[in-house]
Amino acid sequence: MRLPCPICGERDRREFYYQGDAVALDRPARDAGGAAWDDYLHNRDNPAGETRDLWHHAAGCGAWIVVTRDTVTHAVSGAKLVGAKR
Amino acid sequence: MGYSGFKVIKEGLFGQKGWKPVWRDPAPKAEYDVVIIGGGGHGLSTAYYLAKEHGITNVAVLEKGYIGGGNVGRNTTIVRANYMLPGNSEFYSHSLKLWEGMEQDLNYNTMMSQRGVMMLCHSDGQRDYFARRGNSMVNQGDDAELLTPEQVRAEAPMIDFDNVRFPIYGGLMHRRGGTARHDAVAWGYARGADTRGVDLIQNCEVTGIDIEGGVVRGVQTTRGAIRAKKVAIVVAGRSSQVAAMAGMRLPIESHVLQAFVSEGLKPIMPGVISFGMGHFYISQSDKGGLVFGGDLDFYASYAARGNLPMKEHVMDAAMTLMPSIGKAKVLRSWGGIMDMSPDGSPIIDKTDTEGLFLNCGWCYGGFKAVPGSGFSYAHLIATGQHHAPAARYRLDRFRTGAGLMDEEGTGSQHNLH
Repeated sequence: MRLPCPICGERDRREFYYQGDAVALDRPARDAGGAAWDDYLHNRDNPAGETRDLWHHAAGCGAWIVVTRDTVTHAVSGAKLVGAKR
Repeated sequence: MGYSGFKVIKEGLFGQKGWKPVWRDPAPKAEYDVVIIGGGGHGLSTAYYLAKEHGITNVAVLEKGYIGGGNVGRNTTIVRANYMLPGNSEFYSHSLKLWEGMEQDLNYNTMMSQRGVMMLCHSDGQRDYFARRGNSMVNQGDDAELLTPEQVRAEAPMIDFDNVRFPIYGGLMHRRGGTARHDAVAWGYARGADTRGVDLIQNCEVTGIDIEGGVVRGVQTTRGAIRAKKVAIVVAGRSSQVAAMAGMRLPIESHVLQAFVSEGLKPIMPGVISFGMGHFYISQSDKGGLVFGGDLDFYASYAARGNLPMKEHVMDAAMTLMPSIGKAKVLRSWGGIMDMSPDGSPIIDKTDTEGLFLNCGWCYGGFKAVPGSGFSYAHLIATGQHHAPAARYRLDRFRTGAGLMDEEGTGSQHNLH
């Protein structure tokens, strides 16, 4: 698997550290309540198909990127910097 | 069908034409008392114990593929009860006792071989942890022996004792652990359930779960609608998809775990050796193949095949532990889809929908749990009460934070187990 870092270009998967589902970017408000926080921390759509997850280019430029990827085929369709999302 | 040495010889002489299918291939009925979604090891053992322990035989097991084609036929066949934390400790202890009586109970040769599971340690701290873990195992009533390096050498002379990074400080031996023939476990439970009247329905994929007023009514399948008083989900890596049919979102991520088998070799491995610091474990099958594996690939995946970096890591660990393995050729590798829970421990529980039950989160340890999981799940389905050894496997422990079982001590969140 190769991931397209927006800064460095396409690089080997070994350079990246997997940081989990991109749902982590959608942090609830402090006072959102227990149910919202439980959902955020634990529950996942866990799709068999297209997913968005976070990868840290640990052995590269250090960027955190959001990768759009197919969990069934491992095909990678895109990536952008985490900051670019907002 | 009966089996005997005489029958094997007779069939060998007459072209193997006398064997009959061991279980029926029924069409689904319109209604069952219990529908079990998933015909893997856990689903089959659930059906078996529903029939045997609770007399509930109007049961269907719905399998989208074929019996034995999922994770129960794609694992490294290790059986053990060497957990430390309350919750896991009593559950796997119960499961191991069922393993020990399985062949007599099923009247089927599952090739259960208690050849021992030995974990290796490489530092004083790790040895202290093994002493504590061994005490927990003994307190649970299971067996554990803390081995000196000399004792490890007597058990496993082929490993490298002088590795600079990972010197052998000792081991924790669990002699009642071992391996079993994974396919035979599936077949044995399938036959046992079928002969008690359970319908094993293959090539039948569930496409929907019917719920009315908060009560489950049945399922929609590729072979038509089936009404059911109770529906039990036990689908491992596909738990999120099936639970979504009931409007649930689970604390589960599906990850890929790879395993490898070498060409057949003369006996070299005494039992199962676990080299935890290298995320590596190895045993030898009765056919002679070295069966070994490592850690998850560590990204969400349903691909049932892994990537090269983890293969390299596993081969590196193999060479670190026992350089003599270097000349062995790898025959094949495969990836299985693991239903990973945040704390690395499973879930056997009711759901908010009346009559709908959930069994998932076995991570990479589902095989050894096959009898215990089915026994406890059947108890829950039949009686509505949690079975004591599995009473802590609650779905709400993540929400409440009470009763988390983080065996590795890495934290209860995704991607850490």
